[in-house]
Amino acid sequence: MSTPSRSNIPPAVSPASTAVETIPVALPPHGHALPPFPVNARRMLGNTQLRRNLGKATTTIRAKRAAVVSELPDWEELREAGRAIKEHTLAHLDEYLLQLERSVQRAGGQVHWARDAAEANEIVTGLVKGTGATRVVKVKSLTTDEIELNGALQAAGIEAVETDLAELIIQLAQEKSSHILVPAIHKNRAEIRELFERTIAQGQQLSDVPSELTAVARAHLRRTFLSSTVAISGANFAVAESGSIGVVESEGNGRMCLTLPQTLITVMGIEKVIPRFDDLAVFLQLLPRSSTGERMNPYTSIWTGVTPGDGPQAFHLVLLDNGRTHVLADATGRQALQCIRCSACLNICPVYERTGGHAYASVYPGPIGAILTPQLLGVEQASTLPFASSLCGACYEVCPVKINIPEVLLHLRGQVVRAKQHHTGVRGTLAQATPEAASMRTAAAILESPSRYEQAQRLAQIGQWPLARGKVIPSLPLGILSGWTAMRDLPALPSQTFRQWWRSRPEQRQEAPRD
Amino acid sequence: MRISLFITCFNDTLFPSVGRATVAVLERLGHTVDFPMAQTCCGQMHYNTGYQDEALPLIRHFVDVFESAEVIVTPSASCAGMVREIYPRAAREAGDDDLLRRIQTLSPRVFEFSELLVHRLGVEDVGAYFPHRLTYHPTCHSLRALKVGDAPLRLLRAVRGAELVDLEAASECCGFGGTFAIKNADVSLAMLSDKLRHVQDTRAEACVAVDTSCLMHIGGALSRTRSGMRTLHLAEVLASTARDMAR
Repeated sequence: MSTPSRSNIPPAVSPASTAVETIPVALPPHGHALPPFPVNARRMLGNTQLRRNLGKATTTIRAKRAAVVSELPDWEELREAGRAIKEHTLAHLDEYLLQLERSVQRAGGQVHWARDAAEANEIVTGLVKGTGATRVVKVKSLTTDEIELNGALQAAGIEAVETDLAELIIQLAQEKSSHILVPAIHKNRAEIRELFERTIAQGQQLSDVPSELTAVARAHLRRTFLSSTVAISGANFAVAESGSIGVVESEGNGRMCLTLPQTLITVMGIEKVIPRFDDLAVFLQLLPRSSTGERMNPYTSIWTGVTPGDGPQAFHLVLLDNGRTHVLADATGRQALQCIRCSACLNICPVYERTGGHAYASVYPGPIGAILTPQLLGVEQASTLPFASSLCGACYEVCPVKINIPEVLLHLRGQVVRAKQHHTGVRGTLAQATPEAASMRTAAAILESPSRYEQAQRLAQIGQWPLARGKVIPSLPLGILSGWTAMRDLPALPSQTFRQWWRSRPEQRQEAPRD
Repeated sequence: MRISLFITCFNDTLFPSVGRATVAVLERLGHTVDFPMAQTCCGQMHYNTGYQDEALPLIRHFVDVFESAEVIVTPSASCAGMVREIYPRAAREAGDDDLLRRIQTLSPRVFEFSELLVHRLGVEDVGAYFPHRLTYHPTCHSLRALKVGDAPLRLLRAVRGAELVDLEAASECCGFGGTFAIKNADVSLAMLSDKLRHVQDTRAEACVAVDTSCLMHIGGALSRTRSGMRTLHLAEVLASTARDMAR
């Protein structure tokens, strides 16, 4: 993993810029690498409005989450139960998926299996075309964002209308989501008013009052709901024993999509299955408290196949792999598949709070994205993401299903370095290695030997003289270390190391280090 | 008690005063300090940067040097966390059952400095005198990996003359993160800016912590901005007495 040299990094967004700069975050075609996180992050850090919006939103939601979590005396037991159910399900995923298929079919639904994004898009497009519809309404769904379903539908002449308010805003602005749960977290109400006046409320003079803006979206969406015959959703949970699918939401748009149209198509990642209906009791406590900081979310829709005369009369479940079985094969990395997409890790993350989601250049941003994206795409395609963390551990502490995100980050860092070494042949000669790999290897060779280590300490004490200014080193010329002295002094090496002092103590016998 | 000091390569080379202070406190409490000269580095920088194959010889070396020790203390929460959290995983990844077994017997005897004093030795008042206004930054590894809880604060509250001021958003990461500070220098600085603001809002003379790595990051900026504030390791505060004031 190499650090981009600072001269290659584009300048931060000028302070005069008011619009949030968006980076295209479509996952690249297979085999293509994502843009490096440090470069994206630098751009985002310069956006003062983004910093303000995100700082305010994450601080608020953190406090709400902490308050409702502290109400439950058995929160830790719930987390452990959630983790255990997910771990058990993933270990028997093959059986539970087949059970889910049988249950859905028994309840009158149809099940489709999609190996990757292309297959899933083909299946969904075909199903919509089969109904003759040219427009579909959509419940907010990360999985359909992951496979870029809207683009595939558009290419087939089908208009996809996002009905979650924030998702609608993103769609109207032709941007990408920057948060799992709050896709438009980077936009403020003035921007949304201006956007609506350009799109769904042309010719109207709106105010910045949130309720008025919501009413405009509501009127627009209501017309769309009543005239659409096909809906597409994701799934929060799918119960293997009953074939029941659950969607959890706040606005009621999901309920409209799931009940009004004649045809409902649900696209879900294979890791969303849970064994029993009773398991919902665990997750429906964990999810709302972790995500929106609510005791219970306003709308929980659970449906089982097709009910004659009530709701959609055709139901299709598309089960998506798209790299998930590859993740499942990794004993350490597979815990990323336990994720219930609550976004607590994003909200608590000090890196996410400052860069926003677009810096991660993926549908899955923040700490969970940093471990999920590289695994779904392959570590070499997202090699900077496992390093986009200070390993502070706050994400692990809040995760409702106890995903040890720092552990997986370290695991993936090892994979990135090994993959790089494999390519550059660093195991062979030092000359072929990247500067980072060469210095790491040299440091390891020194630190393995007490005598070499002491020699290196003495050399550094002597060698620092051109750089030291009194007790500090204000500037380092070395390429990979110059980032340090951009804003921080470095302490100059004291004239005596600890071990030199220890040896000089009268009570210590002079003892030379042994290898 | 005979206590073996793991100074860490970082403190040995850059912050020897922290090691001297650790020795002073432990000896004042009547313990014998042993310093195995063959010790070098726990391997954290290598492991956390992804050079996990390169870290393995350093891990083996640490185990060789310290496995006969009765109790091991280190004035670094992140290095203690490396031994306790990462070592077993590294041994498992290497498929080295013998190393894993040795680590499992060794790691419960490895303590971070404040942990050793409060949780192992049951001491809160170490007889320190330090007449200065201080604030305390709980480092991520001490808080979330080692779970030292309020041990450092209990030690600080018992220091005579010291005025302890609460730090806002204390538990938020300072942005150091090892090589994160270099690989993601911009994000690291953005995090540091907020930490600095909170530290400066306390109007303390010094920001205290149990990791000199985080303190080098915070202190480097306090020094660069001529803030009039400095950083101190907890051991340096605790080593100070009415007779022997820390500089």
